[in-house]
Amino acid sequence: MISLYQRRRFWNIFNLSMATLATLFGLFWLVWILWTTLSYGFSALHPALFTENTPPPGVDSGGLKNAFVGSLILIGLAVFIGAPLGILAGTWLGEFAVQRRLGFVVRFFNDILLSAPSIVIGLFVYAIIVHPLGQFSAISGAIALALIMIPVVVRTTDEMLQLVPATLREAAIALGVPYWRLITQITWRAAGAGILTGVLLATARISGETAPLLFTALNNQFYSTSLDRPIANLPVVIFQFAMSPYQNWQAMGWAGALIATLAVLTLSVVSRLIIKGIIKRGA
Amino acid sequence: MSALPISAAKISVRNLDFFYGDNQALKDIRLDIPERQITAFIGPSGCGKTTLLRVFNRMYSLYPGQRASGDVLLDNENILSTQMDLNRLRARVGMVFQAPTPFPMSIYDNIAFGVRRHEPLRRTQMDERVEQSLRQAALWDEVKDNLKGSGLGLSGGQQQRLCIARAVAVKPEVILLDEPTSALDPIATLKIEELVNELRDQFTIVIVTHNMQQAARVSDYTAFMYLGEMVEFGHTNQLFTNPGKKQTEDYITGRFG
Repeated sequence: MISLYQRRRFWNIFNLSMATLATLFGLFWLVWILWTTLSYGFSALHPALFTENTPPPGVDSGGLKNAFVGSLILIGLAVFIGAPLGILAGTWLGEFAVQRRLGFVVRFFNDILLSAPSIVIGLFVYAIIVHPLGQFSAISGAIALALIMIPVVVRTTDEMLQLVPATLREAAIALGVPYWRLITQITWRAAGAGILTGVLLATARISGETAPLLFTALNNQFYSTSLDRPIANLPVVIFQFAMSPYQNWQAMGWAGALIATLAVLTLSVVSRLIIKGIIKRGA
Repeated sequence: MSALPISAAKISVRNLDFFYGDNQALKDIRLDIPERQITAFIGPSGCGKTTLLRVFNRMYSLYPGQRASGDVLLDNENILSTQMDLNRLRARVGMVFQAPTPFPMSIYDNIAFGVRRHEPLRRTQMDERVEQSLRQAALWDEVKDNLKGSGLGLSGGQQQRLCIARAVAVKPEVILLDEPTSALDPIATLKIEELVNELRDQFTIVIVTHNMQQAARVSDYTAFMYLGEMVEFGHTNQLFTNPGKKQTEDYITGRFG
C-alpha cells in the first residue's frame, strides 16, 4: 500500500520532470536556430557588408548597405506613424472606454487586427495605396508595418492604463486637477514602462516582417532613400538571397539574418535596461 | 435628529439621497458639519459613511450611474448644482484616501503638482509652499534632504503624511480623510492622529473611521450611521458616554458592527 505522501512525491517528481523535459525540448530548437544563424552568419561577416550595396548576379563583392538603410527608414517611419496612433487609441480605451459598449467593440476589432496574418495587411496596403499610385514605395511599406504595429501598442497601452490603480486617479482628481493633466502627468507616467515595452516589442516584431513588404516596399537593388520609390530592406533581401543559386548571395543572406537577430536582441536588452532604470527612479 | 445648535456650519447637508444605479446608499441625510472642528463618521461597513464623504468633493461624479439628490451647501453654495466647477470645488475640499497614493514623481513634485494647477507660483514661492506643507504634515525633517527622491520610496506612514501635505498645499478649506490610518501600523497611526489634531485650527476636517477609539480620540463631533441613515450626531463626548439611541449604544459597546 503506497502512502498518500509517497504518491504525492511520485506525482511531484513526475510532473517536474515532464515540465523540465518540455522546457529543454523548446530550448533545443531555439538554440539550434540561434547556433545555425550564428555559425553561418559570422563566417560571412565582413566590413564591406556595411559599405557596399547589394551586388548584381555574378559579382563577387558587395554588401547590404542599401538594405540596412532601407530597413531603418521603414521601421523608423512605421514607429513614427504607429506609436503615437497606438498610444492615443489605447489611452482612449484604457481611460474613457473601460466599461463602455463602444470600448468592447473597438477592443474586439483590435484583437482581430492583432492576429491578422501580416500578408493580408500587405495585400490591403497594396490595394489601397500601391495600386492606385501605380508604384511600389517605401511609404506604403512603412504604412503596412505601422498597421501591424498599431494593434500591439493599442493593446499594451490599454492594459497598462487599466493596471493603474483607480485610487491614484482619484487622488489626482481630488486635488482639482483636470482629467487631461491626470492622464499626461500621472497615468501615462505610472504606466510608462509598460507602454514603452509595448512600443519596443512591436518594433522588434515589425523588424522581421517580410510578407507585408513584398507587396509594398518591394525591394531595390540600388541605394535609395526616397519614400515614393521601392526601397531595399533586410527581410526581403534575405528572402531573395537565400533563394538564389549564388553562393556569395546565400552567405550575405546569413550575415543579414545574423545582424537582424542581433539588432532585435539588442533592442529587447536595451529596452529592459531602460525600463529597469525607469522603475528604479520610480517615475 | 441632527438638531444640534452649531453656530457656524461649514457644510450643511439637507435631504441627501444617494444612489449607486438603482441601489439607494444614503437616505435623507441631514447634517451640519461645524467649521474648524473635527467631525468623525462611524458605523459598520456598508453604512454609507464613505459614500457621504465622497459627496463632499463630488468624487462620485467620476462614475456614471452614481448620483445624489438633495442639497449639500458649502458656505451656502450648493455643490450638487450642475453649474459647480468641480476643479474649483476640489481645490476647496481636499481628500486623503485609505491607502497612501503617492504620485510616481519626486517628493517635491508630489506637493507642487496640485498647487501648480491653481496658483502660478514663482520658484521660490513654490519652494516655500512645499516646505510649509511638509512641515504642516510633520514630514519636513524626514525628507528635507531628499526632496528630489521618489515619493514611492517612503514608508507607508510617510507616504500618508505626504498625501496629507499634498492636500494641505492647495490650501483647502475642508479636508476629507477616508480611513486614513487603516493601512498603517500603530506608531504611524499615532503620528497621523497627532497631525490631524494640529490641523484642526486651520481646516474643517471630516474623518471616516472604522476605529471607534480613533473617533473618540481625535474628533469633536461624531456621526453614527447605519444602513444609509444618519442615526445620531452629537458632541463626541456625549455620543460615546451617553448615546441617545439604542443602536448607537449597541454599536459603540461592540454588540454589533
